[in-house]
Amino acid sequence: MTGTPHTLHDRGNRKMARLQLNNLHAEVAEEGGEQILRGVDLEVESGEIHALMGPNGSGKSTTAKIIAGHPAYEVTEGEVLLHLEEGDFGEDFDIPEDKRTWDILDLEPNERAALGIFLAFQYPAEIEGVTMTNFLRTALNAKLEERDELFEDEEGEDDAAEEEDEGFETSPMEGPADDGEVGVAEFQEILQEKMEQLDMDAKFAQRYLNAGFSGGEKKQNEVLQAAILEPSIAVLDEIDSGLDIDRLQDVANGINALRDVQGTGVLQITHYQRILDYVEPDHVHVMLDGEIAKSGGPELAEQLEDKGYDWVREEVYETA
Amino acid sequence: MSSDQDHLKETDTEARFEFKKEERSAVKSDKGLTEEVVRLISEDKDEPEWMLERRLRALKQYQAMPMPTDWPGQPDLTELDIEEIVPYIRPDVDKREGVDDWTELPEEIKDTFDKLGIPEAEKNALSGVGAQYESEVVYQNMQEQWEEKGVVFMNMDRAVQEHPELVKEYFMTTCVPPSDNKFAALHGAVWSGGSFVYVPEDVTVEMPVQAYFRMNSEGMGQFEHTLIVAEEGSEVHYIEGCSAPKYGTHNLHSGCVEVFVEEDAHVQYSTVQNWSKNTFNLNTKRAIVESNGKMEWVSGSMGSKATMLYPCTILKGRGATDTHITIAFAGEGQNIDTGAKVYHNAPDTSSTIESKSISKDGGRTNYRGLVHIADGAEGSSTAVECDALMFDNESTSDTMPYMEIEESKVDVAHEATVGKIGDEDIFYLQSRGLDDDDAKKMIVAGFIEPITEELPIEYAVELNRLIELEMEGSLG
Repeated sequence: MTGTPHTLHDRGNRKMARLQLNNLHAEVAEEGGEQILRGVDLEVESGEIHALMGPNGSGKSTTAKIIAGHPAYEVTEGEVLLHLEEGDFGEDFDIPEDKRTWDILDLEPNERAALGIFLAFQYPAEIEGVTMTNFLRTALNAKLEERDELFEDEEGEDDAAEEEDEGFETSPMEGPADDGEVGVAEFQEILQEKMEQLDMDAKFAQRYLNAGFSGGEKKQNEVLQAAILEPSIAVLDEIDSGLDIDRLQDVANGINALRDVQGTGVLQITHYQRILDYVEPDHVHVMLDGEIAKSGGPELAEQLEDKGYDWVREEVYETA
Repeated sequence: MSSDQDHLKETDTEARFEFKKEERSAVKSDKGLTEEVVRLISEDKDEPEWMLERRLRALKQYQAMPMPTDWPGQPDLTELDIEEIVPYIRPDVDKREGVDDWTELPEEIKDTFDKLGIPEAEKNALSGVGAQYESEVVYQNMQEQWEEKGVVFMNMDRAVQEHPELVKEYFMTTCVPPSDNKFAALHGAVWSGGSFVYVPEDVTVEMPVQAYFRMNSEGMGQFEHTLIVAEEGSEVHYIEGCSAPKYGTHNLHSGCVEVFVEEDAHVQYSTVQNWSKNTFNLNTKRAIVESNGKMEWVSGSMGSKATMLYPCTILKGRGATDTHITIAFAGEGQNIDTGAKVYHNAPDTSSTIESKSISKDGGRTNYRGLVHIADGAEGSSTAVECDALMFDNESTSDTMPYMEIEESKVDVAHEATVGKIGDEDIFYLQSRGLDDDDAKKMIVAGFIEPITEELPIEYAVELNRLIELEMEGSLG
C-alpha cells in the first residue's frame, strides 16, 4: 500500500480500494464504431491522487466514462478490476474474502457506484424539478441499499429475509425513510456540513439539480456529491474547466478533503497544470492515442506545461 | 425495490381499480341509441315533461351531427360503436335517490367504494361525497354545517325534481348546449346521475366536495352530468375521480360539466381519471366566469383508450381569471388528446395554461388548445406553457396551441417543449447510485413537479402514485 496513512478527521471509514485497468481496449458502441482505447494500463489506489493528462481526443474522457459504465462504449479487450479491503465501507461492514475483487465491466452503473466508484462529469446533466436535497438523499440511500444487495450472502436465507423486512424504499416519489435509510433530518445535517466545507451557499440545497447552475457551480456540485457519497475511487473529468480562481480554490480544497478526510483515491483528468498547484498529484500519466504513453511524478506535469505533448510522442516513437 | 413489493403494488392497483363486480341491476336499457331508450330513461327517472323534451331534442341533434374524424392526430373513434353501448343501467338499490349512509348500500357496491377509499376520504378531508355506480348516484352526503348555510350538493336527477327552476335555467342552456358537439348532444339525450352543486352568496365551502364515478358493467356508457353554480363571492372546490374494470368490449364515458362562476366567486374543479384502457372518454367541460371571478381546472388523465377533453373557460366579466393545469400520461395503445380552451371576452381578463404530458411504449399524447382574445378585451393576458416528455422513439407527442388574438393591447406568452427522456440524464443519475427505473421515475417526477407543487398535498401524492403505477411494468 502506497501513500501515507491519514488519521485526520477519520470517520472510521478509511478506504483501501484499488482500481486496476488492464490492457483496456474500447470502441464506440455502434456498427463500425471507432476504436478509442488501445490497451490502457492504470492503477489508482484509495488515498492517492493521479493526474491523467493528454491532448484532446487521446481517450481520457472515454476512459472515465468506461470506468463509470457509460453505455456508449464497448470494451473489446482487457478488464477493469476493483479490489476492496475489509474496512472500505466502514468498520461494521463485513466484506467477505470472495467478494473483494470485482470485474466491474459486468456491472450496471449504479452497482459500480454502490461499490465506491464515482465519476464527476465534465458536463453534468441538468435535471429540472428535482431538488438537490431530494436527489442526493435518494442517491445516497439507493447506493447503500444496492451495496447491501451486492454483498448479501446468497447462502444465508435469514439475512435475506431480514433485508426484506426492513422494506427499503428508494422510490424518489415516495415519502419518508424506512429503517436503515438515512432519514431527512440526519441527511440535512450531513448536507449542510459538506456544503459549508465547500463554501457553498445554503440555498443550493433547494435548487433543482444543476438546472441553471453556472459552469463553476456545476463543478462545485460534482465535488459536493462526491463528498456525500464517499467513494473509494473518484474519477474527475476536467473538474477544473470553466472555473475562476476563487472557485478553483474551493474545488481544489474539496478534492483534497476527499482524499484527506475519506481516503478517496482520485483520478483527475485535466489539461492544465493550474489545478495541480492546489491538488498535488502523487502520479501523473500522459495519454496519447488511446494508451498511457508515459507516467511519472508531479514534475512530469510541469514539463508538459512547459513543452507540450510532442516530446512525449517523440520519446514513445523512439522507444518503439 | 424488492420484487415482493412490486407484487404488492400490483395487487394493490388491481384491488383499487381493476376489480369487477357481478352485474346486478334493476333496470337496464337496450343497447344503442333510439327514441325508445331515451323515453325509457326519462320514464324510469319519473322526469318532468320538459326534461324529456330536452332529451329528445338532443337526440335529434346527435343524429344529425357527424362523428369528428378529421382533426389532425385525433384518437381513432372507428372502434367506438354507439349501437353496441348500453347507455343506462340502474343498479339495484332500494332508494331511488341514493342513500346518505354507507352501511345502507348493497354489500357489493359498498365494497367497491371501500376499496377505492372513498368513505375513508369522506371522514378525513371532505365536506361532502357523492358516489355514482353505473348510471345512478347511490350515495350522497354532505356535512350538516354546509346544508345549514344553504349549500346544495345532490344527485343531478334529484335536482331535476327538487330544484326545477335552477336546473331549467342552467342545464345545457348557455354553457354547454347539446349542439356544441356530437358527444354533448349524445350526453343531452341519455345523461344520468352526476352532481348538482349550488353555493349561495358569500359562502366559502372550506373542504372540497368529491364525486366518484364508477362503471362496473361491460359495454356500458356512463353519462353523468355535473352542474356547479357558485353565486357571488362564494367559493368551492369540487373533486372528481373515475375508474372502471377492464372488459373485452369498449365502454364509453361521455360526461358533461357546466360551471357558473358569478362575480367574485372562486371555483376549483379537479379531476383524475383512471378509466380502464378500453374506455372511450369523450367529455365536454365548460365554465362561464363573471367579473373578478376565478376558475381553476386541474386535470390528470391517466386511463382510457382514447380521451378527448378540452376544458373550456369563458371569461365573460371584466377581471375574470382562469387557470388550467393538465397532466396527461399515455402508455401502450392509448391516445390522450387533451388541452384547454379559453375565451377572453372582457377587458382585463387573464388566463394561465400549464400542460405536461408523458408518453411511453408507443402511447400518444396531444396538447390541443385554443386561446381566443376578443376585440375589445383590452388589458387581457394569457400565458401558455406545454411540455411533452417521451420515453422512447415509438411514442408520439404533438402540440397544437392555437391562438386567436383580435385585440392589440394584450400580453401573450407561449412556450412549448417536446423532448425525449435523455440517455445522458439517466446515466448521470445511475452513476450516483439510482437504478434505471428509479432514474426515470425521478426525471418524470421532476418533469411534473411545477404542477404537483401547486396541488393540495394529498392530491399531488395520489397523482404521483398513479403515474408511478402507470410507469411500472414497462420499466420493470
